[in-house]
Amino acid sequence: MQGAAETLFFLSAPLSFCSARPSGALTLPHIQLSPPMESYSWEDLQNIFLMQGFAGISLFSVLLLMGLGLAVIFGQMGVINMAHGEFMALGAYTVYLCSTLTAEYAPSFGPYYFVVAIFIAFIVCALVGAAVEWLMIRRLYHRPLDTLLATWGLSLIMQQTFRSTFGAREVTPTLPEWLMGSYSPKEGLDIPINGMFVLGLAIAVSFALLLFMYKSSFGLRLRATVQNRKMSGAVGINTNSVDRLAFALGCGIAGIAGAAFTTIGSTGPDSGSRYIVDAFLVVVFGGAASLMGSLASAFGIAQAQSILEFFLEGTKGKVATLLVIVVALMIRPQGLFPSKVRAH
Amino acid sequence: MFDVKNLQVAYGQSVVIPDLTFSAAEGEIVGIVGRNGMGKTTLFRSLIGMIPTVSGKVTVGTSEITHKPSYKRVAEGVAFVPQGRMIFPYLTVYENLISGVKGSVNEEDVNEIYALFPVLRDMKGRKGGNLSGGQQQQLAIGRALMTKPRVLLLDEPTEGIQPSIIKDISRSLREIRDLKKLTIIVSEQVLSFVLDTCDRIAVIDKGKLIREDKRESVDASKIKAMLSV
Ligand SMILES: Nc1ncnc2c1ncn2[C@@H]1O[C@H](COP(=O)(O)OP(=O)(O)OP(=O)(O)O)[C@@H](O)[C@H]1O
Ligand SMILES: [Mg+2]
Repeated sequence: MQGAAETLFFLSAPLSFCSARPSGALTLPHIQLSPPMESYSWEDLQNIFLMQGFAGISLFSVLLLMGLGLAVIFGQMGVINMAHGEFMALGAYTVYLCSTLTAEYAPSFGPYYFVVAIFIAFIVCALVGAAVEWLMIRRLYHRPLDTLLATWGLSLIMQQTFRSTFGAREVTPTLPEWLMGSYSPKEGLDIPINGMFVLGLAIAVSFALLLFMYKSSFGLRLRATVQNRKMSGAVGINTNSVDRLAFALGCGIAGIAGAAFTTIGSTGPDSGSRYIVDAFLVVVFGGAASLMGSLASAFGIAQAQSILEFFLEGTKGKVATLLVIVVALMIRPQGLFPSKVRAH
Repeated sequence: MFDVKNLQVAYGQSVVIPDLTFSAAEGEIVGIVGRNGMGKTTLFRSLIGMIPTVSGKVTVGTSEITHKPSYKRVAEGVAFVPQGRMIFPYLTVYENLISGVKGSVNEEDVNEIYALFPVLRDMKGRKGGNLSGGQQQQLAIGRALMTKPRVLLLDEPTEGIQPSIIKDISRSLREIRDLKKLTIIVSEQVLSFVLDTCDRIAVIDKGKLIREDKRESVDASKIKAMLSV
């Protein structure tokens, strides 16, 4: 089984990154519930869970999109793209730029620009991704550690470029009216509209990706290359061009994640690096080759964080989530949904 | 039609094929026999571009392919059925067949393969990895034919396959050759298969061709002696 070894290798990288984060030691036994749980009524708890659940949906959508992009690239080329977060930021900055340009040159287009900006973010990130693959990644095949370093270096370069282009201050695109506000079906429950929009976006992208992978001839070539690169060449597939397209596709999806991200936070040069670890977790936890897995794990991770963060302080919520994942991975190292077929 | 001149192939420092020359005419079936480890697979892999060629010259018709990447060799009309078959295990039978097809798929071509290997039609939606060895062998040949080759390379197509299916494969190969004027180069250890199938038989030993016979004039017992250890 080729998948298992790859997942394992993949696993060691992100987890060691997590421990390097300033989340402190694993101090779960000492965690205090901010106000003790008993002080909430059942009604309150219900609403809190729902509200935090809806708040978690935006995060889920961003994580899912990030995870999908990472998984496409890792699955295809075995490359762990450390700059994936920066591609997300690039997408977010692209939306910001579109927003500024619209405000300046076509203010009447204001209500619609966001939808167009999502496409532009995809295309910009895909093009930059293709260029990066051509300039850098393709020269480093069969050297996974070097690609790790190289893409990390790239992430620093991109961060610095953002800083010198857009400044160190965080920026926010002007979101159209219709994306703001919330829908209240009952007292004490607000469903944010941007969350629903972003969720719809993530689902649409997932479906499109699924269709693309399983119905298009490029998808077929991509799946063949993943399964046996040498043989793919020997049946006539140009695996280099498949690689470039796969890398561009993964980066493009990160760009869409960046567009989605602008609805829940403001964008700074290091926005990407704050999401990259969670995105890695989504992929590792879900099982690197599985869309269903990414979906389930993105949902689980986003919801757990969102709900736990309400009761625990932010970092502790993260630690608790992480702990659950670590335990889950010890029980199922192949991830939630490993792919299976008779081994060869 | 297919010419190999002074081919040298090595894995790093270890030279497996020091100097090999042979050619095959259009519509000819050439068998290459040799004991285990004599370099048959190495030869085929270098001919399809899966491992690099150190020196020498390989041409198909008038175009040289010596150092081209695999996919360009396929475009020049070379197709490969590897030892161990190397079916894409997670692709369906149908997807395996069309995996190397450029542009839109002509269903006529697929049906032609199904006519040649009816079992593939019955299993077209099944994952390649779940086929039996014999079925996979037929799929591998079908997949190679889908790219409309001028030269078909087969590496030990009978390995692990029962005698009745070996006969089937032999018959299909001759049928394909008659139908398409295809040049076929096949490596083997089963002598009876080679005697059934091939027009010319060459013996490879430590990466060198040490003997070549036309089928009519072949002395089976001599070759048998060369194949035994
Ligand atoms: N990847 C490799 N690296 C180094 N040496 C190799 C490699 N693959 C094969 N060899 C060596 O090259 C020689 C020829 O091997 P090859 O697989 O071409 O033989 P073969 O004739 O196909 O044998 P068989 O009949 O068993 O398939 C052997 O001595 C083998 O050990
Ligand atoms: Mg062999």
